[in-house]
Parts: sequence; C-alpha cells; structure tokens
Amino acid sequence: MNSIVLYLHMHQPLRLKHYSIFSVGQDHDYWTEKDWYAGTNNERIFKKVVEKSYRPMLAKIKKCITLYPGFKFSLSITGTFIEQAEKWAPDILDTLREFAQSGHLEIVAETYYHSLAFFFDKEEFEAQVRMHQDKIKELFGVTTKVFRNTEFSYNNDLAAWADDYGFKGILAEGWEKVLGENPTNLVYRPEGCKNIKLLVKNYHLSDDIAFRFPDKNWSEWPLSSDKYIGWLKKSAESGPLINLFMDFETFGENIWADTGIFNFFEQLVSKWDRDPDCNFLTVSEACDSMEPKAEISVPWTVTWADTERDLTAWLGNSMQHEAMKNLYDLKKDIMALGDEKLTRDWRLLQTSDHTYYMCTKFFNDGSVHSYFSPYDSPFDAFLYYMNTLRDVRLRIDEKTGKNDGQLPKPRVTSMEVR
Amino acid sequence: MKILMLGWELPPHNSGGLGVACLNLSKALAKMGADIDFVVPYEAEHHFDYMNVLSATHIDPLFRYGCSAYDTNVEEKRFKEANCPEMYSIRDIQKNYIRFVEQYLMHFKPDLVHAHDWLTYEAGILAKKNFGIPLVAHVHATEFDRGGASGGNPLIRQIEYEGLLWADKIIAVSQATKNIIVEKYGIPADKIEVAYNGFDAPDDDYHYDGSSYQYIEGLKKQGYTVVSTVGRFTLQKGLAHMMRAAARAISIHPKMVFLFAGDGEQREELMRMSAELGISNNVIFTGFIRGKQLRDIYSISDVFVMSSVSEPFGLTALEAAHHGNALIITKQSGVGEVLRSIVRYDFWDEDKLAGALVNIAESPALTEILKDGIRKEYARISWDDVAAKCIQVYNEVEQNKRNRF
Repeated sequence: MNSIVLYLHMHQPLRLKHYSIFSVGQDHDYWTEKDWYAGTNNERIFKKVVEKSYRPMLAKIKKCITLYPGFKFSLSITGTFIEQAEKWAPDILDTLREFAQSGHLEIVAETYYHSLAFFFDKEEFEAQVRMHQDKIKELFGVTTKVFRNTEFSYNNDLAAWADDYGFKGILAEGWEKVLGENPTNLVYRPEGCKNIKLLVKNYHLSDDIAFRFPDKNWSEWPLSSDKYIGWLKKSAESGPLINLFMDFETFGENIWADTGIFNFFEQLVSKWDRDPDCNFLTVSEACDSMEPKAEISVPWTVTWADTERDLTAWLGNSMQHEAMKNLYDLKKDIMALGDEKLTRDWRLLQTSDHTYYMCTKFFNDGSVHSYFSPYDSPFDAFLYYMNTLRDVRLRIDEKTGKNDGQLPKPRVTSMEVR
Repeated sequence: MKILMLGWELPPHNSGGLGVACLNLSKALAKMGADIDFVVPYEAEHHFDYMNVLSATHIDPLFRYGCSAYDTNVEEKRFKEANCPEMYSIRDIQKNYIRFVEQYLMHFKPDLVHAHDWLTYEAGILAKKNFGIPLVAHVHATEFDRGGASGGNPLIRQIEYEGLLWADKIIAVSQATKNIIVEKYGIPADKIEVAYNGFDAPDDDYHYDGSSYQYIEGLKKQGYTVVSTVGRFTLQKGLAHMMRAAARAISIHPKMVFLFAGDGEQREELMRMSAELGISNNVIFTGFIRGKQLRDIYSISDVFVMSSVSEPFGLTALEAAHHGNALIITKQSGVGEVLRSIVRYDFWDEDKLAGALVNIAESPALTEILKDGIRKEYARISWDDVAAKCIQVYNEVEQNKRNRF
C-alpha cells in the first residue's frame, strides 16, 4: 500500500507594530497597528489570507472529504493563529473542528506561541507545549499525540524530550545529511529513545508542490496530477510512506489560485483515493503502520529552512541573539510577577517570526535573495523589537516598584521648537 | 571614442561632490579607452595624465568659488577684482564658457558631448544644435533639489529643462533624481538611465592619529556615542529635523555628542536651536573643514547621519562608510537606494531617527552589524561600473544617430 501522509502547518504571527521609542512608557499595546494598510496590520493580513487561502482551501478539503472518503490529513495550528481566527474568522475553527471530530484530521502538537523556546528555556518551552495541548483539547476536543517543533527545528535532545513527555511521534526534515542512505519513506527511531517514532519530510516531493509548482522556468512545468502521482509511486518503491509536509498557506497565499493549485490538489486526492493500492494516513497512523527501521542521530539542530537547513535565518546574526538574550533575561521577573497580560506580551514576543524579520543572510552579497518581512529592513525590525522590550522592562519595574530611572520619560517633544 | 566633457569644477578646486564625481568618472572612462577633453570655467594647473583639462576663461579658481553651483549670493565686487574684468556674474562666465566651446568645436569634432549639470547645459545645447554633436546630460542635482520647496531659480529651471529636452540621453545619479526629472520636467522615463555614483577608497597614507579632536576623544572614553553629519547647512540638508531628533535622543540616552561639520546659511539658526533645546553641551560645530580634519571627523564618529530633505546622491555617506561609521540615511537620499545595511527614515520622522540613534548607542549588536555590513557593501560600489554604464549610454546614442541617417 502506498500512503500519502499529508501534513500542513497553519500559522500567522502577531506582528509588532512600528513601535517608536517614544511610545515606551506611554503605549502598552504592541500589536494593534492603527494604519490599515501598514504591513504590520495583523487584522488586514489575516483577513486577506483567510480570503485567499484558508477559506478556499478548507472548502476544497471539505469537498474532498465528502467525495473521497479515504482522504485524511494532519495539521498543526499555532496559538497565535487560533487567537486571531477567534477574533476575525471563527468559521475556520468551526470547519477544522468538524474535520477533527469526523476523524479526517489529526491535530499535531507544537508550541503555542510558535517559539524557539526549546533553545533558550526548556521549562518555558514545555509550558507552551502544554498550553497548546490544552487549547486544542478545549477547542477541538482531541488530544495531540505527535509533536513538531517550530520551523521543524530538531535534534537528539528534542527527540529525547518528546519521548519523555509521552508523544508517540515527532516530525523532522528528511535531509540526506541526517538520513544518510535511509529513504524518507520509513519510520525511524531517534537515537537513545524508547518509544517515540520519527517521521521525516520527503522534501523533494513536498517542494515540487510548495515551491516549484508555479515556476514557469521549471523543466517540469506545468505539473499535472498524473505526472506527480507517477513520481509518488516511484518514490514509494523505497518505502510506503510519502511524507508531504508543507505550509497550509502554500495553497492560495504562497501559490495563487490562478496557477491551478487548488484543482491540482483535488485531482491528486481523487485519483489517489480511487486507486486501490493507495491510501491516506495521518501522522499517528503512519507511526503505527510499522516498527522503526533504523536509529537516526541528529546531534546538531536541523530545520526545514534554506539550503543550510539550520537556524541561521532566526538566530544567525548578533541582533537576533541580542534580542533573544534580552527577551529571555526577563523570564524570572515575568514569572515572579505572574501578571497575565505581561506574560502574554512576553510570550508573544517569542514568536520566531520576530527574529526572522531581523535576518541579514545574503544581505551584503548583492543578491536579490530576500526574506519576507513586513518591515523596511532587518534593522527596523530590530529597532521596533528592542523598543518594545524597553516597555516590557518598564512595566516590570513599575510593578515590582524598582523603577531605577533607567529610562526617564521623554522631556522634549517635537512640537516644542519649530 | 572622443568625448568632450563639460564640467564646472575638478578637485582640488571643488566646492562639493560634483567635482569629485566628474574626476572619478573621467578617470574610469579613460581607463576604458575614452579620449577626454574636460572643460572647466577657470584657469588652474591640473595634472591629470589620463585627460586634457581645458580652461574656458582666465579667471582664478579662487574667484570661481564665489559663483559655485551652490552659492546664490554672488558678491559682485569679488568679480571686479578678478583677473578677467569683463566677467561680473555667473552668467558672464557661462557666456564665456559657451564661446570657448564654440571655438573648440570649430576646430575639433568630438563623437559626443557629456555635460554635467545645468551650469554647462547651454554649451551642450550649442554643440548639439549648431554642430550636430550628440549630447548626454548628466544630472547630479536638479534645481528642485537645490531650491527645496520653492523650486529654486526659474532661470536655472529653464536652462535645465532645455538641456534635458535637447539631450539625446540623460544620466541621473539615482532613481530619486530620475523621478524628479520625469515628474517635474515631464521627460519620458525611457530617455533617462540611472547610474549611481561610485566610490573608490583613496589610496593615500592617511591614518587616524587622534590629534585633531582630543576633546571628543575624551568624551568617547567616557562612553559617549559620537554622531556626525557633514555638509552645507542649507534647508535641503534637513538639519533642523536632525537637531530636534538629537534632543529627543539625548533625553533618553544622554551620553551622545553630535558633530555638525560644515557651514552655510543655517548655521546660526542651528546654534540657536541647540541652545533652545538645551543640548548645546552635546552639539559641536566644527565650521567648514576639508582634508585630514574632515577625515578625522569620519574617523572619530560612530554614526553618520544624512538627514537630507532631498539628496540626489550623497557621496559623504560612502566616505563615512569607508571610515567605519554606521549609517542612518533619509529615504529621500539617492545613496540609500544602493545600500542595504543602513537605517532609513523619512526626513521628517524625528522620532524614528532618535529611536535609531538610541538603539545604536545602546546595542553593540546593532552597531556591529551595521558597520560590518556597510563595510562589505560600499567597497563593491565602483566608478568602473559607472563608467561602463556611461559607455553603454554612449553606444546607444551613437547607434541612434547612425540609424537616423
């Protein structure tokens, strides 16, 4: 039996507004951009992606579930996404609940805030995983069993932690440097773990959809579902599990509807479902489908980003490290205070997108490679972030009564002298 | 290819970036095989073995400063004392310049005339109109940049406009400048190429010895961040905004000192402002400086700000980069279009400038990454690329001419 294991990732960060240094001490709302058209207006962006991707793709999936009853998939959905959906498009959550309860959808565990906390503070990390599990239980009535970490960051320590925590499976990038000769299409055991199973992304076949599908310069363009199914079956010769892992926003947002991506998806599902040798599995079912074929060791951290498959897009330059150091240095005070609003703001600042916007990789080599960002430059992203941290620190100091005058209120306003 | 270059100044007899740009461009063009005759409006010893410098008049370059491209308050008496008594104003010098070019063209036939800024456009038009020589107009600054919101001098605008109309092709020093030419003069965009100025690090034996500004060195030892700006103190440079931003930044991070290097009509206003804002102690006016003193300013400062309201290019930013400064540049400055490791802000956005200054002063990571990044970037900006672009334009113009006949 050849099995498609489709896993999608649904995420929207809460972007920081253009938070001026003169807002410090005056304005504690970091997330509400007043300018509707600003790149940092979360509501506008969320509603746009809802129209372009979330609603049409969920409608397509609903159709697939109705017409092709063997179809099922897995999805991770961040806390920052859920909170925005609750406010601006609750119907999305209703649809997902329907899928989850009918058994066509498995929800995958991750950190609530889409953070890189694992690399800074294990205690905080685990708190966020638990928070996410509780939220999913409350919202969809299901318990998550398989874990994925932010940006698919993975190493032996993470696998050991997930094993101890009790997850049955964990997801990672299926990179040759990690797998060696092993194919992506089997179940593995992370080194030193007792129970947990490892599923790895088939990045060739995943990226054929997620990246290459709309590329008119690609020799395989236009990609038909028949041709693609041929590749899937060829791949299945090395193992039955075809792990197609990608962002949910691939459909409609990263790749627009006019490329035919939605119809390609439906064709793929319908043809695969009708083929008696083929089926769909959720990530848990894939884990259960076989015993681990080999032990995989990843002593360094691997992600699903860039050709380097490392964390350098998030933690590659000195700004990113300084920002994270300043952020996690606040933990003790934040935890001691236990202030709900303050804790939430502090955690929202952990979302990995914030440091991604500060990325300067390939910045000076004259290439056109650029990382998507709502800010003019990585330096702007850093400025607004650090200004926000100043305000968080000020709020902490005000609550603990140890305002040491480090940050006096501005005494000159721009209107004084003209 | 024989090029007649029409310019107004060359170093060391220059008052600003125009002369530096013309010299470096000619040097790079000569390397690529261009045979250049360069006309200047004054008489002085220029020793360049890669091109011929021709003097259009006999006046001394010292007096030519009085009628520089930027000085609108020409003092007539300076010209009466000049060694060429019939020239009283910049218009008289321009008439002599045109007459010289006319004489030249009666004897020689260059393949192309390359004219730099409005000062030489009338001579360029004459070459095109009366002698049929193709004209390339190079725009280092428009009158709208120089004159600010008022639009400047209508006579200059008229000459600039005619030059741009007559030109076979226009070279603008930035996209911002190209936009002005399209929007204000209605010139079709496809007639204009953008060629950013280059920068070649001087290969002399300059080294910073810390002797020029010992007081500032002392402040640095106390942990002060040194912020500098260099240029003429005119409205175009946006220095009043910068001064207010300085005050706001100091209100949060007091250990900051600002060097305002240069001179101009706004000097007293800026001094008064610094006093009214209560930051006189943190602001230092150096007066007009050049040479080693100027380079020491770049060497001593940590951050360089280009606060211009409208800056066609802005060579000083690259000089500051060469001396290891972190750069903060307005979005209205052309040089910002070619650099990435900089903080950009709108010239009126005093809060953002102040915020950037405070963050740079307080964050070693930000300072390091800006300095490190800009060091990699500015070195790639070369006059050879500018010259190659010019040659491309020359060939295109020549091709069009041949097609016409």
